[in-house]
Amino acid sequence: MAEAAGGPLPEECPGPRSAQAGRAAACQGCPNQRLCAAGPAAPASAEAAEVRERLRAMRRAVLVLSGKGGVGKSTFSALLARGLAAGGAAQYVEENLGVMSVGFLLSSPDDAVIWRGPKKNGAEQAFSTTIYVPGRLSILSLWLIKQFLRDVDWGEIDYLIVDTPPGTSDEHLAIVQYLGAMRIAGAVIVTTPQEVSLQDVRKEISFCRKVKLPIIGVVENMSGFVCPKCQNCNTLIFTLSQNESQIFPPTTGGAEKMCQNLNVSLLGKVPLDPRIGKSCDSGQSFLAEAPDSAATSSYRSIIQRIQEYCDQHHLQEEKII
Amino acid sequence: DRSNLAGVQHIVLVLSGKGGVGKSTISTELALSLRHSGKKVGILDVDLCGPSIPRMFRVQDNDVHQCDSGWVPVFVDQDKSISLMSIGFLLEKPDDAVVWRGPKKNALIKQFVADVAWGDLDFLIVDTPPGTSDEHISTVEALRPYKPLGAILVTTPQAVSVGDVRRELTFCKKTGLRVLGIVENMSGFVCPHCSECTNIFSKGGGEELAKHAGVPFLGCVPLDPQLSQSLEEGRDFIQEFPKSSAFPALAHIAQQVLDASSQQSS
Repeated sequence: MAEAAGGPLPEECPGPRSAQAGRAAACQGCPNQRLCAAGPAAPASAEAAEVRERLRAMRRAVLVLSGKGGVGKSTFSALLARGLAAGGAAQYVEENLGVMSVGFLLSSPDDAVIWRGPKKNGAEQAFSTTIYVPGRLSILSLWLIKQFLRDVDWGEIDYLIVDTPPGTSDEHLAIVQYLGAMRIAGAVIVTTPQEVSLQDVRKEISFCRKVKLPIIGVVENMSGFVCPKCQNCNTLIFTLSQNESQIFPPTTGGAEKMCQNLNVSLLGKVPLDPRIGKSCDSGQSFLAEAPDSAATSSYRSIIQRIQEYCDQHHLQEEKII
Repeated sequence: DRSNLAGVQHIVLVLSGKGGVGKSTISTELALSLRHSGKKVGILDVDLCGPSIPRMFRVQDNDVHQCDSGWVPVFVDQDKSISLMSIGFLLEKPDDAVVWRGPKKNALIKQFVADVAWGDLDFLIVDTPPGTSDEHISTVEALRPYKPLGAILVTTPQAVSVGDVRRELTFCKKTGLRVLGIVENMSGFVCPHCSECTNIFSKGGGEELAKHAGVPFLGCVPLDPQLSQSLEEGRDFIQEFPKSSAFPALAHIAQQVLDASSQQSS
């Protein structure tokens, strides 16, 4: 097998967080050797203490992950937050919900965040103001992690939902390390049905297991589509499954088969609905805008299962204490 | 020492600010279309976390070997008209996550750019991961001496995607990379049962952005289950499904790339 850029091939690499990081025989000649040997980008104890202080009222952090881009992590994060904030009520409760994202910090929609690894995780100079975020629930976008955890005035929050970029990278390691000291309920992993997504999502599951991040379960998004015209016909004559299109076909059994094989929970399947994208674009809550949609029922049931998991987790912890 | 890229006529990058919009799909279909026009094409897949290209050609189980000039790219068939390089070929266990820090990723990209023995190619298509990160900067810097033809930016129609692609345009401007144009992917779906068209991911955002930014608009590609299926199974969509709904748009994109390349050559 060909040599990859000096240093270990992926399977020989001890991993940047292991005790062997930078010190294993395979690490010789690896461009990351010094960086890994110096220790992971772990929070210094003072910084970790600061983060803990900021988030002391937080009951639960839920990470929304995927190996694959564009499967609906942000969409799901937003709806999960709205669903939890509404506490089961049909209407969307704005004052319960706070959001922090690098998007708020860019002065123009054309601004690109083009930083290399180390600066992203500890950009001390860039954003040092404390930003007040009202609300009991918050969504965090995974940039400038240390800043966002330490310098945002989160206040009293029950849940911190962390929306992440796709993949398994420095940012993901950092968030797990910073929140590792806190109460992470676990990760929700989003996928679409086709193998092209699943092949990346299996990597994400393997990442979670490597860093001991509990997996709450998997959501299969964009799972089937019934066009609105057919839906109207369907309500009169046919059953829904007859005119369904699988735009992203589950050629290898979809999330269901993958969950069985990897022994993780399938939280639910969400079908495509053109109103989802529209709501996202206009900043509305899809759950409130389209209460009749099949996608809304799926989302609600998934959110409930997540809430039950978190409650159970919390109870178990209290027992131990 | 003759550089491994000396025999490559035109380099095209496929970028997007947003994940999951179809960069690998467009890279694959562009390669297949160019092949059908008689061109020799290589694809360099620099997405280290989510390498999708090998599976799209049904060669995900292949190994890579070395020769005197470096790594031998994987040919997709006897024809040898399409060759690939991806970290997907280096992973023994495909379910293993690649959790490397920046410097090693950058070193691997430099190696992929410099040490693959491509031979003579009409086109080298570079498929990238989403975003504007280490990998993108390394890729553009490593390719700069070879004067890429330019970049195709892929978006889906809705605002959340277009918003990220605006930032990608800034990245191109800052790094001096020419924008060949914008593709609006997943633009509309025609229901096979009743022929009604639904704009599942909205419509028009990519075209509007191209107009606003003053870059060419390469076209709208509709959602096409036959295309998704072909990619899943590693089939040649261009060869096997010329009547399918996405075909005309994909062929048109390839034609515009050919036109741009003949201008570069002259």
